[in-house]
Amino acid sequence: MYLEYFQMVDRVVALDSAAETIQCIARVPDTSTIFEGHFPGYPLMPGTLLVETVAQVGGFLLMSLGGYSRLPILTQIAKAKVRRAVSPGTELQVDAKVIQVSSGIAAVEGRLNADGKPIVTCEIRYHMMAFPQDNLRAMVLSRARDIGVPVPDGESAT
Amino acid sequence: MTEFNQETFELVAEIISDICSINRADITPDTHTVDDLGIDSLDFLDVTFDIDKRFGIKMPVEQWMEEVNQGNADAAEFFVMKNLVTRIEELRAEKAA
Repeated sequence: MYLEYFQMVDRVVALDSAAETIQCIARVPDTSTIFEGHFPGYPLMPGTLLVETVAQVGGFLLMSLGGYSRLPILTQIAKAKVRRAVSPGTELQVDAKVIQVSSGIAAVEGRLNADGKPIVTCEIRYHMMAFPQDNLRAMVLSRARDIGVPVPDGESAT
Repeated sequence: MTEFNQETFELVAEIISDICSINRADITPDTHTVDDLGIDSLDFLDVTFDIDKRFGIKMPVEQWMEEVNQGNADAAEFFVMKNLVTRIEELRAEKAA
């Protein structure tokens, strides 16, 4: 996890295209400028960034299933609960499952656990928009490949 | 030819009213969802999402918008309530066939 660059996902453990599910690992860094303010002397991972982590995992799932033809842009967070505080250095298991894909819009349900305990549950809805720039798509493909999200054969990541 | 279905109209009107915070009484079969109700594209995608879920269909809304933007269709063909309801009924019939 590289908080300052909003790279929340470290690696994919499994992606099941038929079941439309993904499991990922994201380790909260030991140090970050974010912890200097949240909170001084009592560092905690912001709950909003935990939800963002779920959203990124769901986004990678949708992009992989769609052949990276669309960029998922978060439009709605529903039923979100942040059940426990998360400290620096915590390893998170993040799962997402597609619950619906419609014209230009898609939704996943996500779960973020630590040490087997539920931390975050939520539903995330995305606008599935065309990539505005080819180089952005190339960067997304490169990042997907780095963390182990399946990328179609022949796709350039540079 | 698929006919206008009042029950479907009522359900779609309720979905629009709920998602877009529009007074249900302002939605009639002749209401244009964009021109009269001012529903923007993002809200319409949410409406589409809920209609798809409710009726088990996939409304090709992006394709409709493209047809309108390219001048190949009038927006009223898709986005006036009675026409929207008829298209939903067509999609339901196609799915059931």
